[in-house]
Amino acid sequence: MNHLLFSFFACLTGIAALGVILSRNTVNAAMCLLLCLGGVAGLFVRLDAFLLAFLLLLVYAGAVIALFLFIIMLLDVRGQQRPSPRGLKQTAGLIAGAVLLAAVVGFIARLESQGGTAGSAPVGASLKLYADQLFTVYLLPVQVIGFLLLIAMLGAIALSRRTPPAA
Amino acid sequence: MITASLNAYLILSAVLFAIGFLGVLIRRNTLVIYMCLELMLVAATLALVAFSHYNRTIDGDVFVFFILTVAAAEVAVGLAIIVALFRQRQTIEVDQHDALKN
Repeated sequence: MNHLLFSFFACLTGIAALGVILSRNTVNAAMCLLLCLGGVAGLFVRLDAFLLAFLLLLVYAGAVIALFLFIIMLLDVRGQQRPSPRGLKQTAGLIAGAVLLAAVVGFIARLESQGGTAGSAPVGASLKLYADQLFTVYLLPVQVIGFLLLIAMLGAIALSRRTPPAA
Repeated sequence: MITASLNAYLILSAVLFAIGFLGVLIRRNTLVIYMCLELMLVAATLALVAFSHYNRTIDGDVFVFFILTVAAAEVAVGLAIIVALFRQRQTIEVDQHDALKN
């Protein structure tokens, strides 16, 4: 049952990810990304990271995908993509992707043959433990991240002004 | 307790990352390239959560929390840049953004 769930979510994630890069229509790509994120959230639940699964759905599916869809509608560039020529660039991209995948999978397979990973015992990443870590060990990163969000907000506002300031 | 091994998660993460990488290289629509960047980030978070689970620590999970925040900020600024570029050039194809060429 457990393995079945993993296989289901893994297949869902992989196929949806392929859909992102293969679909012509940008809206379809965004929807495939949404599906892919749903699959990853399911995998997070299987890894006992319930809070992260919830956050992933909230932040990515709720905010980021919605933002993408808004921008797609705002720019209104659907169907303008010409069929890409099977040129040097595509071939290079395919080869580079395949090499990357082979390298990483080969590395992981070698780890397994050396008898690496031990069995698991889930540590339920409880909310209390999480908050405790965030407010003690990771207090400074939390502050920095908050500041980063402020800067990003200011940057987005500055970028989206109609007349750019004469810098 | 029988679970899918850590390697399965890592291989899935590698596959997701490779797909995202491939998408960045072969697509020319800026928005799709951006989605592929997000795909690569999610692949990295999946690997982190899997490591964190199988090593019985919480550090990886906390790090994923930060990655999510940075990704949200990145999307906001990046999409603002894409909109600004579209206003300037009336296109979002990367091939057309060649103002610095030559």
